[in-house]
Amino acid sequence: MATVEFKGKSFEIDEDGFLQRFEDWSPEWVEYVQESEGIKEMSDEHQKVLDFLQDYYKKNGIAPMVRILSKVTGFKLKHIYELFPSGPGKGACKMAGLPKPTGCV
Amino acid sequence: MAKHPTPLLDQLESGPWPSFVSDIKQEADHRHANPDGVEYQIPVDVCDDLLGILEMSYVDGETHWKHGGIVGVFGYGGGVIGRYCDQPEMFPGVAHFHTVRVAQPSGKYYTAEYLRALMDLWDFRGSGLTNMHGATGDLVWLGTTTPQLEEIFHTLTHDLNTDLGGSGSNLRTPADCLGQSRCEYACYDVAALCYHMTIEYQDELHRPAFPYKFKFKFDGCPNGCVASIARSDFSVIGTWKDDIRIDQDAVAAYVNGEFAPNAGAHSSRDWGKFDIVKEVVDLCPTGCMSYDGSKLNIDNKECYRCMHCINTMPRALKIGAETGASIFVGAKAPILDGAQMGSLLVPFVPVQGDYEEVTEVVENLWDWWMEEGKNRERIGETIRRMGFQKMLEVTNIKADARHVQEPRTNPYIFWKEEDVEGGWQRDVNEFRKRHQR
Repeated sequence: MATVEFKGKSFEIDEDGFLQRFEDWSPEWVEYVQESEGIKEMSDEHQKVLDFLQDYYKKNGIAPMVRILSKVTGFKLKHIYELFPSGPGKGACKMAGLPKPTGCV
Repeated sequence: MAKHPTPLLDQLESGPWPSFVSDIKQEADHRHANPDGVEYQIPVDVCDDLLGILEMSYVDGETHWKHGGIVGVFGYGGGVIGRYCDQPEMFPGVAHFHTVRVAQPSGKYYTAEYLRALMDLWDFRGSGLTNMHGATGDLVWLGTTTPQLEEIFHTLTHDLNTDLGGSGSNLRTPADCLGQSRCEYACYDVAALCYHMTIEYQDELHRPAFPYKFKFKFDGCPNGCVASIARSDFSVIGTWKDDIRIDQDAVAAYVNGEFAPNAGAHSSRDWGKFDIVKEVVDLCPTGCMSYDGSKLNIDNKECYRCMHCINTMPRALKIGAETGASIFVGAKAPILDGAQMGSLLVPFVPVQGDYEEVTEVVENLWDWWMEEGKNRERIGETIRRMGFQKMLEVTNIKADARHVQEPRTNPYIFWKEEDVEGGWQRDVNEFRKRHQR
């Protein structure tokens, strides 16, 4: 597993650039991933998605279904892709520090 | 010169069937020779390392790919299956070995020019290895690296006017049989409907928004050449409403041996002279046919349209003129709660115009399943959990004897409160006035 150093923090990541441990997440992580996920500037809307993903994960131990993410944030899927070009899984979950999505993807 | 010894794989080069090992070796040699001077964007020895790691799996009896992999292109949530080998130092050529699903044309008709253009791109930016095609239908490109994905996608869309296929919890790439392009059994324009539905639901295909995967498949008739009833959540199977068209002269030609039964499909063995009673009339599942020695008769109102007689005597019997399709829902592989084939939802739907009758069913099903389906629950499982009745309600389809193979045998029957006189609110004291404790 690779380790990246960024602004004094170090993050252990897998080949797809997902954090190995949720506990390692810090705001610097978002800054670090941002560009590779095609995001120029973080907005409040980005933050709202990340906050919800983290809350949901802490509470339930899994990432929310897309439908729930849309319902709670009020963002349609189309808008979520506008915010996170690679989508809620590869984009938003990665930035929020959640584990890599699995299954028949 | 092979990079890794592959004694076990080498055995698969013998025998009459086309050997995938010989083919991969040929591609490995081609990449090393590089007669066209291609500036390969991924390791030149990707094919050698693939054979090497496969040989290792043959020895160990274990896979050497790591779990999962999340890669893709901006704007889409699927289309690429990420993969990394678990021995990257030994086999650096396949350290990244992602699969790209490319949308295929309906019926998989191609021109050499188009395939050459695709392969030029794949030689340049991928392994040169493919799967023609994946079980869902996609043209599959096997093996490339993450930095190449956007490059491939750019060329694919800008120069080849071709999109990616689907993957993830979304609408997967629809597929169809050859339909009316070269089959006289096809009851609707299968390719046109498949193409229409693919284009209509591009958003649902590229951006996972469903509880789980969902597949469309389109069969022109009940023969099921694309196996829609077994391999798609939403299966459209052609059929007809009126009578089978009989050409009695052609029937006579089969009886007197002029035409071979089943278009000669059994000619490799001597099954004796064609016996229309034994091979057609007596095999009809409803027994609705008769032959009086000169004339074949079909009682069409008892016909299931199973295709047997038409399959056996294609030059004498033709599908009806009033054609359309049936819709079956819910087929899936065993995980989690057991395998399912599609269940009949719409006995007959016209397939015409802008296909509103078909898309309405799809969208009603999606509205329901997207709201009610649990995480990673196929629609077939949602139907089992919530009941077939619920599906009929959400699709506004009236229950019909054709919806069941047989009525239920248990008496655990739910009633709606409004259908029962007096409703569910009862006072036990009223009951006690008539029945002492």
